[in-house]
Amino acid sequence: MDIVLQQLVNGLTLGSVYGLIAIGYTMVYGIIGMINFAHGDVYMVSAYLTAISIALLTFFGVQSFPFIIFGALVFTIVITGAYGWVIERVAYRPLRNSSRLSVLISAIGMSLILQNYVQLSQGPNQQGVPTLLSGAFRFYVGDGFVQITYMKVMILLIAFTGMAVLTYIIQKTKLGRMCRATQQDRKMASILGIDTDKVISSVFVIGSAMAALAGVLVTLDYGAFDFYIGFIMGIKAFTAAVLGGIGSLPGAMLGGIILGLSESLFAGLVSSDYKDVFSFSLLVLILIIRPSGLLGKPAVEKV
Amino acid sequence: MSQTAGMNYKQCFTDAVVAALMALVVFGPIMGVVLDGYKFDIDFQRVAVIVALVFVGRLIMSYYFQTEKGKAMIFKYASNHDGVTVNPPHFKSKMIWVIPLVMIIGFLIPFVASKYILTVLILGLIYVLLGLGLNIVVGLAGLLDLGFVGFYAIGAYALALGYENLGLGFWSMLPIAAIAAAFAGAILGFPVLRMHGDYLAIVTLGFGEIIRLVLTNWVSLTHGPNGISAPLPTFFGLEFKRRSASGETFHEFFNLPYDSGYKYMFVYLVLFIVVWAVLFIKHRLVKMPIGRAWEALREDEIACRSLGLNHVLVKLSAFMLGASTAGLAGVFFATYQGFVSPSSFTFFESALILAIVVLGGMGSTLGVVIAAFCLTVLPEMLREVAEFRVLIFGILMVVMMIWKPRGLVRVTRNGFAAREGAVK
Repeated sequence: MDIVLQQLVNGLTLGSVYGLIAIGYTMVYGIIGMINFAHGDVYMVSAYLTAISIALLTFFGVQSFPFIIFGALVFTIVITGAYGWVIERVAYRPLRNSSRLSVLISAIGMSLILQNYVQLSQGPNQQGVPTLLSGAFRFYVGDGFVQITYMKVMILLIAFTGMAVLTYIIQKTKLGRMCRATQQDRKMASILGIDTDKVISSVFVIGSAMAALAGVLVTLDYGAFDFYIGFIMGIKAFTAAVLGGIGSLPGAMLGGIILGLSESLFAGLVSSDYKDVFSFSLLVLILIIRPSGLLGKPAVEKV
Repeated sequence: MSQTAGMNYKQCFTDAVVAALMALVVFGPIMGVVLDGYKFDIDFQRVAVIVALVFVGRLIMSYYFQTEKGKAMIFKYASNHDGVTVNPPHFKSKMIWVIPLVMIIGFLIPFVASKYILTVLILGLIYVLLGLGLNIVVGLAGLLDLGFVGFYAIGAYALALGYENLGLGFWSMLPIAAIAAAFAGAILGFPVLRMHGDYLAIVTLGFGEIIRLVLTNWVSLTHGPNGISAPLPTFFGLEFKRRSASGETFHEFFNLPYDSGYKYMFVYLVLFIVVWAVLFIKHRLVKMPIGRAWEALREDEIACRSLGLNHVLVKLSAFMLGASTAGLAGVFFATYQGFVSPSSFTFFESALILAIVVLGGMGSTLGVVIAAFCLTVLPEMLREVAEFRVLIFGILMVVMMIWKPRGLVRVTRNGFAAREGAVK
């Protein structure tokens, strides 16, 4: 019983992280219909930026935890957002009118570039950040106990705040309205005076900022990372996006949480060696059985 | 000077400054601050160099695109220029004599080349085989398969496991591995091929990873990350070892001094023949109705289905043929290394094979052969830049997609002439 509860707690935090990254996939897919294969590597870059910002802040004598985490969040989100903008500008915008295959191959190329660029600049070794926040709540259940670290509580708080802010931006602001209009019909939106190129750029920036949020939280919690983490995380987050229904924002969050929960339960109850196999099999199964996902609209093929 | 009157130098300069600022923001932290444990080292020089490069590059680009030539170039690349070059009917290339020449040279090479060159060439040929297989799937049928390495792994492990558990050697496993890989392709492909483009890419990617993870974690069967040994081919039952427990070895039978190079010679020759056979089969398939169907389906799926093509079966045939070619390549890889482990079958291999197909020209056989040798043999020659290999692949993939989405070697095809006596 306590194992199940513990895995549910772990799964919820993991799932909220998947959800944050999945937002980037789902928004980009919704607006230009491409899989941004390099998105996982944007997350990886944000992990490095987190460590760099923490190292810089402690070097300049900032010691208090709230300042460090605030500084790390701002620094990482801004610069990762710049990465999103540059990637779209360099690798995707010139291909706006090309076939889907070309864009996808370009995205794979971008993913390889990011991985190797970080590896060459920072070295191939695993890097880490010091533990900044330790301690945990403990709840006794029967014979065992369930432990929720303060870090996990913080992940949940920040992740859900991030999602709430994003939902507000998309639903209530002018930028959000422009995004939704472009998503529905790009040509019509541009006829009505929306600068669609700018909207697409801002979607990449928002997606990258969300990945950066996830990157900061996971790096602070987990501590260690290398240049290869983006690949697995990217596929998992994509699975979450597909599970929720690609193109749907609440779907990405829901899909992330469902994937996180089921993966943690599988790891805790069946086998942790095969948890990645489980996630990938889930991805294959969803795409075969229900490609439109839980909250997505079924794709209608136009002739 | 009416042409330069339209030049907007201020625009060039602003573009370049913006690009340089973005480069500073993007490259600054990652390249400038090198993590070292919880501390860091500062490296200003690298950042300064890359920002200067971006500034100058953007300045030149901005200037060039304002000239007449540059505008013409933008216009050319803004339009979709897909398709193939069509030659007149009954066109015969004047370069046809190259094929027998390459064949003869290829057969003579192992008798003169050193062992090292031979191993590099074997690796090159293995990638030719992989490139040809993926070319059927991606280039001809237009199905982006990112898990191609999974079939390659199935072929390689089929040889190793067949030898260890069933006692089957190279020659019996060669067809079995190809069939096993094709069968795996069918199992994966049948449900998956109904869905369109991007989803297929992700499902195959997931499949490739599943294969690798299972090979890593199923320790009782595959020995996990430690890998498993694979047998060498035999020459009509003669082994290429120094000594054999079961009868004579190759060098004893022919009264030759023992040389470990013989086995590479033999593997090379067999591989060379197999590559030619695959080339021949592929060349013929493209001209057959099935090959036409692949390409038609790639260009317009809805039109094909309206005309009564069974799109799932047509795609499945391409998928299975590609998979079986990868299975063949896997057998050769296993026997050439004498050993297989899951670390040889990462996603990077899939990306490399994809880079071969993309660079060579999707659908073009000649292009794929050239690209396979370029991407495998050149890194062996240029060891100094080996660490930049992945970076260069990535840049090549992006640049090729923008500059020449159909690859370096364009597909050419002969046009049709009306048959004799046909009603005109």
